[in-house]
Amino acid sequence: MTGPGAAIGPRAVETIPALQGGVAAARRRRPSGSRLFSWVIFIIGVLYFLVPLYATLEFSLRTKVPFAAYNNVLFKDKNFAGSLLYSGVIGVITIVVSLLIIVPTAYWVRLRLPRLRPYVEFVTLLPFVIPPLILVFGLLRAYASGPLALTGSELGLNALLVAAYTVLSFPYMYRSVDSGLQAIDIRTLTEAAQSMGAGWGRILLTVIFPNIRVALLSGSFLTLAIVIGEYTIASFLVRPAFGPYLALLGRDKAFEPAAVSIISFGLTWMAMGVIALLGRGSRTRIQVAGAR
Amino acid sequence: MAVDAPLTVEQASVRAAPPARPGRRGLTLLGVVPFFAFAVLFLLFPVGFLVVGSFQDSVTQAPTLQNYIDLSEPNIVLAYTSSIEISLVTAVLGGIFGFLLAYAVILGGLPRFLRSLLMTFSGVASNFAGVPLALAFTFTLGLQGLVTKLILNGLGIDLYSKSVGFSIYTKLGLELTYLYFQFPLMVLIVAPAIDGLKREWREASENLGGSSRQYWQHIALPILMPTLLGTVILLFGNSFGAQATAYQLTAGLVPLVTNLITAQISGDVFHNVNLGYALAMGMVVIMAISITGYSLLQRRSERWLR
Repeated sequence: MTGPGAAIGPRAVETIPALQGGVAAARRRRPSGSRLFSWVIFIIGVLYFLVPLYATLEFSLRTKVPFAAYNNVLFKDKNFAGSLLYSGVIGVITIVVSLLIIVPTAYWVRLRLPRLRPYVEFVTLLPFVIPPLILVFGLLRAYASGPLALTGSELGLNALLVAAYTVLSFPYMYRSVDSGLQAIDIRTLTEAAQSMGAGWGRILLTVIFPNIRVALLSGSFLTLAIVIGEYTIASFLVRPAFGPYLALLGRDKAFEPAAVSIISFGLTWMAMGVIALLGRGSRTRIQVAGAR
Repeated sequence: MAVDAPLTVEQASVRAAPPARPGRRGLTLLGVVPFFAFAVLFLLFPVGFLVVGSFQDSVTQAPTLQNYIDLSEPNIVLAYTSSIEISLVTAVLGGIFGFLLAYAVILGGLPRFLRSLLMTFSGVASNFAGVPLALAFTFTLGLQGLVTKLILNGLGIDLYSKSVGFSIYTKLGLELTYLYFQFPLMVLIVAPAIDGLKREWREASENLGGSSRQYWQHIALPILMPTLLGTVILLFGNSFGAQATAYQLTAGLVPLVTNLITAQISGDVFHNVNLGYALAMGMVVIMAISITGYSLLQRRSERWLR
């Protein structure tokens, strides 16, 4: 293979830009066998990605009347809009709760309690070790009786749902917020605000939050993406959420589930697009919500 | 947002740490109380409830190890082995394919725009899991699926005939479905590591007369190995903990730990509540091993790839 080395060999004393030009040229002169292999791998990957989507789209359009499945779901099925709205509202509440817990904690740990950082990090990573299924199992049993019998009422179940989703959001929220805080000088900002007489609440709300808004938004959208499609916890807590709705639809109807899957794919795509857009320029990579 | 110099965690925290004021230490600690209180209430207490329960007898509540001994019941062992099998297969295959794919778009001489396309695809695909994914694969490889029909009409092979014996509602079908979110996750994690391979290493190797094969065998792969292994372990956990996809696709018929726990939560199929807790704990232990392995290997890989 003609690697970069061959290009540098005799002219190793040349200036750096010329050297890099030589390397780039050598990269382009790659043997066709290896490039063919790359293309084959890439095309297999693209097919794996697109075929199920195409099959779903095709299935959703197999109805006698064109777009009947979409029409039924979007305009006739009250549960579609209802469950999407429910999940959206739960998502927004989750984001607010999660921000109110994570931002002050991450800020305080960076400013005053750096020694606690490993413990906070450990706790925020626990949801990776404890799958949603186990979390909801524990919540159902722990809050079934006693002074905190939350599973008995609608309000209690909604509260448990928000609590569980907040826990699930911890890893993403903490990482976003913490890297956001790392990029600004919180100590100087805090001292400046204090010298002007601001209290802690005011510092957080008017100084810290606005300065890390990109990080907050990216963590928030990922949380929303997780919450909107979540099935396991919502179904065990018997909540009228989007995930359980789709699962039920999948069992009862033929074409509508395909239509809703396509819509839900579009929503995932949108959420990821917004996150990628927000992450531009910063070093945040596309994040992953983990398996469901 | 400008990051002037990439601070390490230690440096950053040293810079952020103000001089200690011993008298207000208790007050300072108050700042993290809401976080820890929330975590205790909605994470540690519920899981602790399961932990304690798993060591108790279901009738007398006396401490016992019997629940863990009972995990050796044939159907539980079967569930664990097939969960582990599916996770291993999809982690290894997804890992290999994801690595090849990342290699192809980064170093394989493909046009540059394909790389960002693949990264976006991977971001979406690795997050497209659960019920919609299970449905999508039913429409692809189910009895009436598009690909099933294409194979039947084009090649004359009926996947669902007795001689072929394929079904999307089986272990194999589940593996094909899981791969949809497994290999994109590999791509996402491995791509930065491949980027981290320094050009100088390759040049040094070639200046010393090393072939491309020798470079990969003795330099690139050993450097990437912790990342590759670590990510495969992460993929293992990713698949092991997945519940919704499997439940939707197989209606709980394939023996899996998640399916057993689902059945146990819904209706105490073991007639022993505490055995269910032990079952859940087994799952947590396996997840913990997998995540610990991942983070240890990830830390090791950061030594070279910065």
